[in-house]
Amino acid sequence: MSFRIASSPHHHSQQHTSVLMQKVILACLPGIACQVYFFGYGVLLQLVLAIITAWASEALVLRLRQKPVLPRLKDHSAMLTAVLLAVSIPAFAPWWIIVLGTAFAIIIVKQLYGGLGHNLFNPAMAAYVFLLVSFPQQMTSWLPPLTLQAQQQQVLDPVCAVFTDFSCAGYSLTQLKTDIDGMTMATPLDTLKTDLSTGKTISESLQQPVFDSIGGLGWNYVNLAFLIGGLWLLQQKVIQWRIPLAVLGSLGLCSLIGYLIDPDLHASPLFHLLSGGTMLAAFFIATDPVSASTTLRGRLYYGALIGLLIYLIRSFGGFPDAVAFAVMLANLAVPLIDYYSRPRTYGHKPKGSY
Amino acid sequence: MQSLFQQIKAGQLWDFHGGIHPPARKQHTSQKPIGRLALPDRLYVPLRQHIGVPGALLVAVGQHVLKGQPLTFANNAMAVPVHAPTSGTVLAIEPHIAPHPSALPELCVVIAPDGLEQWRERHPLHLPECDRLSLLQRIQDAGIAGMGGAGFPTHLKTGAASGVDYLIINAVECEPYISADDVLMQEFATTIVKGIDILCELSGPKAVLIGIEDDKPLAIAAMQAACSQREQYLVKTVPAKYPSGGEKQLIQLLTSKEVPAGRRPLDIGIVMQNVGTVFAIAQAVLEDMPLISRIVTVVGDSLTQPQNVLALIGTPVGYLLDACGFSPEPAQRIIMGGPMMGFTLPSVSVPVVKTSNCILAPSQAELPSASNEMDCIRCGACAEVCPAVLLPQQLLWYSKAKDLDKLKEYNLADCIECGACAYVCPSEIPLVHYYRVAKAEIREQSRDELKAEQAKARFEARNERLEQEKQQRATRNQALALQRQQLMAEQQKNREIEQAQQRVAATSDTATELSKEQIIALREQKKAAARAYQAEKATQQSMQHSADTADAAAANEPAAASLPATQPAQSQPEITSDPRAAAVAAAIARAKAKKAQTEPGETSVVVPAATAVAAEPILDTRAAAVAAAIARAKAKKAQAEPTPQPLPAPTAAPVKPQSDDSGASSHDAAASSDTDRDANRETAKRQALAAAIARAQAKRQQTDAGSVAMSHVPQSAHSTATTTKITDTPDTSALAKSTAATPDTPADDPRKAAIAAAIARAKAKQQQLSATDPKDQA
Ligand code: SF4
Ligand code: SF4
Repeated sequence: MSFRIASSPHHHSQQHTSVLMQKVILACLPGIACQVYFFGYGVLLQLVLAIITAWASEALVLRLRQKPVLPRLKDHSAMLTAVLLAVSIPAFAPWWIIVLGTAFAIIIVKQLYGGLGHNLFNPAMAAYVFLLVSFPQQMTSWLPPLTLQAQQQQVLDPVCAVFTDFSCAGYSLTQLKTDIDGMTMATPLDTLKTDLSTGKTISESLQQPVFDSIGGLGWNYVNLAFLIGGLWLLQQKVIQWRIPLAVLGSLGLCSLIGYLIDPDLHASPLFHLLSGGTMLAAFFIATDPVSASTTLRGRLYYGALIGLLIYLIRSFGGFPDAVAFAVMLANLAVPLIDYYSRPRTYGHKPKGSY
Repeated sequence: MQSLFQQIKAGQLWDFHGGIHPPARKQHTSQKPIGRLALPDRLYVPLRQHIGVPGALLVAVGQHVLKGQPLTFANNAMAVPVHAPTSGTVLAIEPHIAPHPSALPELCVVIAPDGLEQWRERHPLHLPECDRLSLLQRIQDAGIAGMGGAGFPTHLKTGAASGVDYLIINAVECEPYISADDVLMQEFATTIVKGIDILCELSGPKAVLIGIEDDKPLAIAAMQAACSQREQYLVKTVPAKYPSGGEKQLIQLLTSKEVPAGRRPLDIGIVMQNVGTVFAIAQAVLEDMPLISRIVTVVGDSLTQPQNVLALIGTPVGYLLDACGFSPEPAQRIIMGGPMMGFTLPSVSVPVVKTSNCILAPSQAELPSASNEMDCIRCGACAEVCPAVLLPQQLLWYSKAKDLDKLKEYNLADCIECGACAYVCPSEIPLVHYYRVAKAEIREQSRDELKAEQAKARFEARNERLEQEKQQRATRNQALALQRQQLMAEQQKNREIEQAQQRVAATSDTATELSKEQIIALREQKKAAARAYQAEKATQQSMQHSADTADAAAANEPAAASLPATQPAQSQPEITSDPRAAAVAAAIARAKAKKAQTEPGETSVVVPAATAVAAEPILDTRAAAVAAAIARAKAKKAQAEPTPQPLPAPTAAPVKPQSDDSGASSHDAAASSDTDRDANRETAKRQALAAAIARAQAKRQQTDAGSVAMSHVPQSAHSTATTTKITDTPDTSALAKSTAATPDTPADDPRKAAIAAAIARAKAKQQQLSATDPKDQA
């Protein structure tokens, strides 16, 4: 009888890439549920559109590259990219935004660099930046939380808005964004920035209806939901603690310093941590293994860099949220970080240069 | 602050980077007693079961052997013998598939047990009376090699151990499934402690650290009980983590020290022995029981009765499996060793050897085999668990890219192939497999590099040599051309002289005075002719007689005609006694000369019939050429010698060619020293002799082809004698002088100068070569 020959080890932890990706997607669910609760189910439409586009583009490119399609689709990495992009863009953004963005993420950012494991940038974030730069208006058209909307959202409104740019009653997105007082509302971060530029202090700005006691209304709960998902991922050992901790730690530290210097001009650390896409970035985006640093020490540097960049861009940059830019800039620094954070191999003397 | 020793005594443990926690699955076997099996009907004992060389065979096919009888004998330090595991008959000594990842056949002694278990005579040692040497000898004779993994000869490890701080007994057994050491400690703790006593005797450590994983409570208790009387034996319980049983990892765990890269534990004062090895040592010393059996864990879901068995070395794996209720599934894997570092066997006929601690027959459900390798997602999980603190993902990248330099930079060599990285890799990349391939490639490359370097050195040496030869040839050709030119002129002149001599002889009897004048005025050739003429006068031989002699000599050995120059010179004047006869002789000589000229290469041999002068310098140069040729040959040989062994050569290589060179040049000097005007008589004589010998050698070589021409030389048979006679007479000085006179002729100077220049060039070349050679090799 013949026996099978294999190379050692013959043992495996049975933690497979596809399982990891699946768990990350699962961990997004609380955050998505929160978004639905506060902003309507538009985000679900975006998710469906994104996932279909991602699968289609991935299959197309794999076919063109003459690689097996199914096994790669089953690793769920394309789906994860789609999910991350879908939860990042405004729920009522027109359908072509997400389709274009997802296709860009999969085809250009991921596959043109050589597929999973070879991409330099986080595909979702690169696509986000691409969309933001190309279509700034659509990409910033976040609706205020349902409770603040002047027009009561109809059941089919999200569908109409996504596919026609207008609600079923014929209101445009701009109209939908208008509050009861006829003021156009932006996201909390946006509002804060605008208010600060007009000379208001933080505390004055926080009187606006888009804020509640600790931050943007709705947004803080979305962030908390993503935090819960992230902690579950940590517990499941899908991600390691280094990057999230470094991101949150450095963002918190930076904002604390600013807050201590001048609380009138700088938002509190808590506000920063629970605003925009902070938690999503810390647990779901910065931890994307492919585009992050791979050394243990390097991951701390990488996370800290993202936190710092988020704070700097939020405080001094021209864009309302900074997660995507921060992650992309840190992606660029990864080869350098990796090189200088190489660990000391067992039995080797510490090298002066690293 | 506490010293390290105090910390260790206080029970402190350290940690190593990374590590994994695979399910241990030891409970199936560790709770059961050690199984004793019936004798198998065949035993295949490989001659080499350790790192090193096999011993020399002691038995022959058909011979009856006793249990414990050595089958081989250690004829050098790297060899350890193997023994007959039981009494029986040697059926064959043939290659048999060996327990090695490559599964290549190795020479095995096949034994058919007779079932009697008859022991050879045994001589247990009594420890207090033993010295170090006899203990070490016993350990080697008992065939003990590290039983934990690699199988390094134990006597070498122990023998080298002096100035040891810690003796670490590795009883960690961190691989899943394996419990052989566990049950060994449970059953034989006292014997193991006796083995430790012996090792302490040999290396005298400050403390003995016995490392056991905390999932073996029974073994820990047994060892603690056995060690209770010995204060410096510390049983250390280490947390279960793979690979804490790795040599370097255990050292780090127990002492916080790291073995520097490329060094041995001994360099930091630590010796580590596997607990199984210690047990074998105790048995060998105290009971004179060589290493003929070991405990093997036979386990896996494809077996109905997994257990630890005491297996004789050489037992086929299939026998053990069957004894444990083996029911293979399709595409069954049989793994020798643990699931992390073991290797699959292609056949169940592979025998158990000294290093086999486990036979694993897992079901597919139990240990799913790697399904599909995917791309690395750079998750870093591998870097997190690597106990050597490497970056496996980078190593993978560079292994795939075959970037060997980067692999070295990222310390691939420090990978212990533990497999922790591949265990956690979510993309199921067989990382260790990639590293093995890359390591093999690096080995291959360094071998190739060495080869290329040697080839380059050889090629350069050859180029130098060819260039040198080309130059020498050019110089020689130039010299020959000059000679030929001169020869023609000489011939012409000689013919005139001859005619003049004939005229003189015909008209005048005062030849002696004339010849004296010629000695002063003319070339040595003329002098020789005159001398010959004198001799001829004295003998009063007739023309006819000389012709007869010539005829007789025609049949003579041509090789003997080493000095034809004098002979013809003697006979030449004979002709002159009769003008008519002389004219005839001259005509004959001319005809011969012409004939000789038409046969290239023989010219110089025939010409002496008419002239002796020309022959001399020609012979000189020829001798020089021969000497040069010899020198070249030696130089070539010297060049060829250092290349196969480039390393030890650098000091010897420059010396050798030089000494050869000086030999050659002294040769040259001897050949050309005739030109030294200031030489006194003695030296002149010796030099002349040397020159004559050189010439003779040269001549002999040339005459090999020119026998026809030689037949023209009269009285050649006696020529050697004549030469000796001549050199004995005072005339030698004249001869020497005449040779010395040759440089006077303008044609000679450039020739010699050219030769000298050629020699000088050759020497310079050689020196250059010997100067550059070591550099190339370095
Ligand atoms: S564990 Fe596997 S997938 Fe992850 S970085 Fe290492 S090699 Fe790549
Ligand atoms: S096999 Fe080599 S690279 Fe992988 S974990 Fe072990 S030592 Fe590190």
